[in-house]
Amino acid sequence: MEQPILKVDNLTKIFTRKGQPDFAAVDHISFDLMPGECLGLIGESGSGKSTTVNMITRLLDPTEGKIVLDGDDITGISGRELRKVYAKMQMVFQTPTDSFDPRCTLGDGIGESLRNNGRSRAETKAEVARLLEQCGLTAEFASRYPHQVSGGQCQRAAIARALAVGPKLLICDEATSALDVTIQKEIIALLNELRRNHGSELSILFICHDIALVQQFCDRVLVMYKGRIVEKGKPDDVIRNPRNDYTKRLIESIL
Amino acid sequence: MSEPTVRIQKIRRDTVKTRLIIFGTLAFLLLIGSIFSEHLTPYDPYLQDLSNAKAAPSAAHPFGTDRYGRDMLSRVIVGSRASIYSTLLLVAIITMIGTGVGVFCGWHGKWIDTVLMRISDMFLAFPGLVFALAVAGVLGGGLQNAIIALAAISWPKYARIARSQTLSQKETPYLKAARLSGSGTWKIIFKHILPNIMGPILVTSMLDIGTMMMELAGLSFLGLGAKPPIAEWGSMMSDTRSLITTVPWVTFAPGLAIFVSVMIFNLLGDTIRDYADPKSRSSS
Ligand SMILES: Nc1ncnc2c1ncn2[C@@H]1O[C@H](COP(=O)(O)OP(=O)(O)OP(=O)(O)O)[C@@H](O)[C@H]1O
Ligand SMILES: [Mg+2]
Repeated sequence: MEQPILKVDNLTKIFTRKGQPDFAAVDHISFDLMPGECLGLIGESGSGKSTTVNMITRLLDPTEGKIVLDGDDITGISGRELRKVYAKMQMVFQTPTDSFDPRCTLGDGIGESLRNNGRSRAETKAEVARLLEQCGLTAEFASRYPHQVSGGQCQRAAIARALAVGPKLLICDEATSALDVTIQKEIIALLNELRRNHGSELSILFICHDIALVQQFCDRVLVMYKGRIVEKGKPDDVIRNPRNDYTKRLIESIL
Repeated sequence: MSEPTVRIQKIRRDTVKTRLIIFGTLAFLLLIGSIFSEHLTPYDPYLQDLSNAKAAPSAAHPFGTDRYGRDMLSRVIVGSRASIYSTLLLVAIITMIGTGVGVFCGWHGKWIDTVLMRISDMFLAFPGLVFALAVAGVLGGGLQNAIIALAAISWPKYARIARSQTLSQKETPYLKAARLSGSGTWKIIFKHILPNIMGPILVTSMLDIGTMMMELAGLSFLGLGAKPPIAEWGSMMSDTRSLITTVPWVTFAPGLAIFVSVMIFNLLGDTIRDYADPKSRSSS
């Protein structure tokens, strides 16, 4: 049987704050993501979606559970080992402009991972130009600063940055939420094109508020509610007969 | 935004710019002047001329002469070197140490953060000049020890600012993106954190130049800073304070020099703060 690119096992995050009861933002969730698959993760605001992906990308330490990326357990690693893992896993953030250092050009941001992987300045420059063109921009954008481009253009640059190292797993944490509807469509079209071109080389974990978007874009969907996964399955099945009350309400609110 | 508000902002912006140019130039002249101070003095500042001691200000000696007949204007000019450079050195030291500790604490967190921040709290809670007196007392007098004493009590302010700025930087998506790009701690600190937090820290240092100049002069005045015959404004005032009723100009001249320089640096600091404040920027 094919090995999943990402396997999450009993992942839990408990936030402890003084004077308040412990709060389980993510509560023992488990799921697999197969190569080439696009998995949607939906749920209302505060249901723990971002916390989950921050743990998967190891920006946040899990309280409990295991994360296996491409066969390697990455739960406890740090330092150089962790940096190596980021060649396989990348993320696109919700707020495109904030995801680039305001004092660096887009080209610097996109090329940073390439430079860290030992590419020369000239190689990086050429590769950045190629990535920008692949994402529907021109090479000229490399010299612009984040505040000098539109949100949509910036998100394309962010996708270019995520693709720079040739990751096997791309995580989009509400990558389209901050954009208006037409731009949203363009970004989805770009992601679809990437999926077509990369085939089983690229898996996507797609976090979203919008169940309709998930329905057209994802192979499978997980519904999160209060830190737990309350429903999973093919988007069409989940929408047609939701088994969980929360999912029912979520779907009703849209239809 | 309505038209008049835009215009007001623009006017304010323009005056800030003018002020920046004026005070920047003045501070720059002061610095250049103190570098070349030896060549700018009308007389030899250490040359004694007892026949002409305690002379009142005149065309030949605009600030008069002291009890050894040394020209006060020349002494004040030469004194600028010790006063201004030791101040700048002091501010540079506390800015770097404070920022270093603050960024380290903010980035690293955990127990080491707690320990270092409690230490800085201790320094902050101490009455500053009393502590400086104690340090200067233990280490002995001298300009160098005065700088060490003041540095010891002044870095925590910078550590606090740098730490809180680093903590808020840490949460930004672009810093997460930098981590995901595989950048190591040093690269993240030098390429992303420092450039983004330098603004408020530099404004604080600019505003501190005046204060530090006063405190250094104060320590020198108390005999814990520069030692005679080195011309330093604070110690010059202290040396001559017994003469203040009979020949006031010998105390007045270095005092005026301190007043003017502190004023220039404070106004420059204020202006830079206004300039860096986004509210004074045009909203385009
Ligand atoms: N550092 C933290 N300390 C304490 N609680 C936190 C922290 N980060 C997140 N939380 C809490 O965890 C819960 C889940 O947050 P999370 O950001 O994962 O939600 P989300 O599903 O991504 O929401 P959104 O759709 O608004 O992005 C929220 O209730 C939030 O208040
Ligand atoms: Mg979120």
